[in-house]
Amino acid sequence: MTCFLFRSSLTASESNKKMVTYMTQSILQQSKQHLLDPAGITESQLDQVFSYMQGADLADLYFQSTRFESWMLEEGIIKNGSYSIDKGVGVRMVIGEQTGFAYSDEITFDSLSALAKAASAIGKSGQTAKVKAWQAREKNNIKQLYATDSPLASMTEDEKIALLNLADKEARAASPYVQQVIANIAGVHEHILVADNEGNLSADIRPLVRMNITVIVEKDGKRESAGTGGGGRFGFDYFTQADRIREYANEAVRLALVNLEAVAAPAGSQTVVLGSGWPGVLLHEAIGHGLEGDFNRKGTSAFSGRIGEKVAAKGVTVVDNGTLDNRRGSLSIDDEGTPTNCTTLIEDGILKGYMHDKLNARLMGVESTGNGRRESYDHLPMPRMTNTYMLAGEQDPQEIIASVEKGLYAVNFGGGQVDITSGKFVFAASEAYLIENGKVTRPVKGATLIGNGPDVLTKVSMIGNDLKLDTGVGVCGKAGQSVPVGVGQPTLKIDGLTVGGTEVQG
Amino acid sequence: MNIIETEQKLREISELALKLAKKQGASSAELSLNKGAGFSVEIHKGNVDKLEYNRDQGLSLTVYMGQHQGSATTGDLSPQAIEDTVKAACNIAKFTGEDEYTGLADADLMATQIGDLDLYHPWDLDTAQAIDLAKNCEQIARDFDARIVNSDGSSISTYSGIGLMSNSHGFTGVIPSSRHSISCSVIGQEPGKEDMQRDYWYSSSRLNEKLESVEAIAKKAAERTLKRLNAQQLSTRQANVLYSPEMARSIVSHFTSAIAGGAQYRKSTFLLDTIDKKVFPDFIHLHEQPHISQAFGSRYFDREGVATKDRDIVADGIVQDYIMNSYSARQLGLKTTANAGGIHNLTLDSTGQDFQELLKMLGTGFLVTELIGSGVNSMTGDYSRGAAGFWIENGEVQFPVDEVTIAANLKDMFKNIVAVGNDVDYRGGTRTGSILIEGLTIAGS
Repeated sequence: MTCFLFRSSLTASESNKKMVTYMTQSILQQSKQHLLDPAGITESQLDQVFSYMQGADLADLYFQSTRFESWMLEEGIIKNGSYSIDKGVGVRMVIGEQTGFAYSDEITFDSLSALAKAASAIGKSGQTAKVKAWQAREKNNIKQLYATDSPLASMTEDEKIALLNLADKEARAASPYVQQVIANIAGVHEHILVADNEGNLSADIRPLVRMNITVIVEKDGKRESAGTGGGGRFGFDYFTQADRIREYANEAVRLALVNLEAVAAPAGSQTVVLGSGWPGVLLHEAIGHGLEGDFNRKGTSAFSGRIGEKVAAKGVTVVDNGTLDNRRGSLSIDDEGTPTNCTTLIEDGILKGYMHDKLNARLMGVESTGNGRRESYDHLPMPRMTNTYMLAGEQDPQEIIASVEKGLYAVNFGGGQVDITSGKFVFAASEAYLIENGKVTRPVKGATLIGNGPDVLTKVSMIGNDLKLDTGVGVCGKAGQSVPVGVGQPTLKIDGLTVGGTEVQG
Repeated sequence: MNIIETEQKLREISELALKLAKKQGASSAELSLNKGAGFSVEIHKGNVDKLEYNRDQGLSLTVYMGQHQGSATTGDLSPQAIEDTVKAACNIAKFTGEDEYTGLADADLMATQIGDLDLYHPWDLDTAQAIDLAKNCEQIARDFDARIVNSDGSSISTYSGIGLMSNSHGFTGVIPSSRHSISCSVIGQEPGKEDMQRDYWYSSSRLNEKLESVEAIAKKAAERTLKRLNAQQLSTRQANVLYSPEMARSIVSHFTSAIAGGAQYRKSTFLLDTIDKKVFPDFIHLHEQPHISQAFGSRYFDREGVATKDRDIVADGIVQDYIMNSYSARQLGLKTTANAGGIHNLTLDSTGQDFQELLKMLGTGFLVTELIGSGVNSMTGDYSRGAAGFWIENGEVQFPVDEVTIAANLKDMFKNIVAVGNDVDYRGGTRTGSILIEGLTIAGS
């Protein structure tokens, strides 16, 4: 299998500081009201649904409703907007390694019963039923990482449109070479409720917004394009704070203008200094996917069976942290109702652990790390990343660059992709410069960087003190399912990474 | 699913939605509806890994209030949800700007002759049969050779459903269709070595009878995996590259993205203003054939109801027309090419060589069988992607290659195409054989 990461963001951002709150009775009550009450579904009916799935090692009902809204500006006009509502339930039954799954957009007792019977087709092998009455145990003591207000209602339509018009104005003001500005905003408000066969009833209400600005510049007959953006789990008002839209617009224009001047990229293995923040896509591809529990349980990952081994240079510590306030990749609970964690993947160069959902954790005899995520009710949960990043080291980023006689300084990237089994990964630089005699010199054209996951981090020779997370627009794709994620890292020096340029060095 | 009842139900929903849109003040509206069902099974090491039942339905609606546009979608097709969706779309149209190019396609372009493309062939297969078939497929691949040490899964999926498109010109078109596939992916390893390689094969068709046998799929998957064992990196060099048919498709798609109407009017393409310009060598012919029976891209009408027809996109290496819907066509002052929602079966004509002949033509160079990453700059045509495949000398395979990139500029790559094979891969909407291109840079050790 191959997995990939998309993006379109750049500048620094801090997450909104919110007061820590705990999941109160009200989140669970609100979710029940929203998802169960309209069809009059009672706890005793849920009990009956679970009775169709007796003998399950794991079974759950995942109720979800999603409201999505987006607006798009192009040629200075608000061209279109879109609104959608989706609601449904997914029913899963697991016996041993086998999963049965069915879903419906109809949340009624009848449809739940039919789904449970369909999902339980997996278990028609004569397992003895565990006779245990299902009893709801409401999980309320969960730390809430974001406000539950609807981002869609956080502004009026006129105010949302004003954000896009401002983006257009700022981008055009940034340079006379700007020919085209495309800006869009999107917001999602999601209610989820998970009932599992152990009687746990958990709920979450999740906001998510993002903004992207893409510009096309033209100078002396040459054209280039670049995009930036940001977002996270809060309302649209985030974009009105701290001059954010102007920062995004200026950054997009700056990047496009830099690329107008870019010369051919060098080809072949060289010393590469990666900038802080979004270049953490390296970690997501090179090691993150390979450490997801499903691949390791099945033995299909290049990292399978390597816990305790040295897979990175000394000083390299990488975590997957779903507990950061308001981050795009954060979740108060995952899609199986497990609270998220900060999971250490690599500690001081040694492989420490995998990321798990309930199914793979159980089969590997460990606890779920709160990484069970799914795109929506009509997809099965899998182990997925949240916010994956490397902890800061001690070096000054300037000293790192100064230490390189000849190499590449890559600060912005498009997406990346990895082949889980061979461990080979790529990520595409979209802003990069030559380093000559310790100085950053000419910009070079975008190029794909390629490496081998299990050994690329052993070549890390310097780690900066400037850890930064991305601005909040990452989308990770795996087995046909997309989920929002975050990445981050400090400035890093890697001794020998293959750069896919066109310029063969003499 | 009863297809006749479902069609009737979708027609009623469509009428209701269009009527409500009018009532809400929309001057025109268009929509697409779909409903379908199926299931998939995935086997891992002889066990059922997943059994998933799929049931999908949805409405996607766009309304126009004069020159203002609004859209909304829903997965709930109840009358209440339809009404909410119409209202949501109309509400959005109140806030969008006036856009002189927006609106339905012209009424006189609507498809009137809608024949049967023979796309609907549900597979009478129960889950137990599917499980047996997939288990069998995986087992054959795992037994193929001792170096096949693990499986990345074998799967069977079947889906059939119906799509409806309609608009306030009075156009309604219905497309019942089915799609089935069998796939197998296995992992190989040399004894005593750490390095693992994975490869796969799949077959897909609208008719289950036309799927390749599980034996053939399993064997190809295993052979492809074994061939990749002991892969090496190449040193950095210039080389000619032969893209296998599965990979050659991506070259065609970089071209079609560059001549898409949206990219042209936004000027976000390295092939700006290329109608009547020579982009490829003389022998390149690329055409769209929307009415091929049973093909994946076949349609008598596009998403706007516009009648599709056979046409040349590239003739004698010269670009004939763009790929447009009515919106991008109006932006460009041209006529829609009936490509709202996509391209309907592309064929790149072969220059006559089979795969062995192409290997001989390549002589010494790189045969690419897998590409990863998305390293294409659509503004400049700069191309740089991760690749795996085989190093060829004197027309013969020397050793498998991985962890390299191939790079060039797409404009040059298009000009430097030397041959297109007759080893066509029919599994997708683009039909092409292997493509031989001269002068790329391989970056490696």
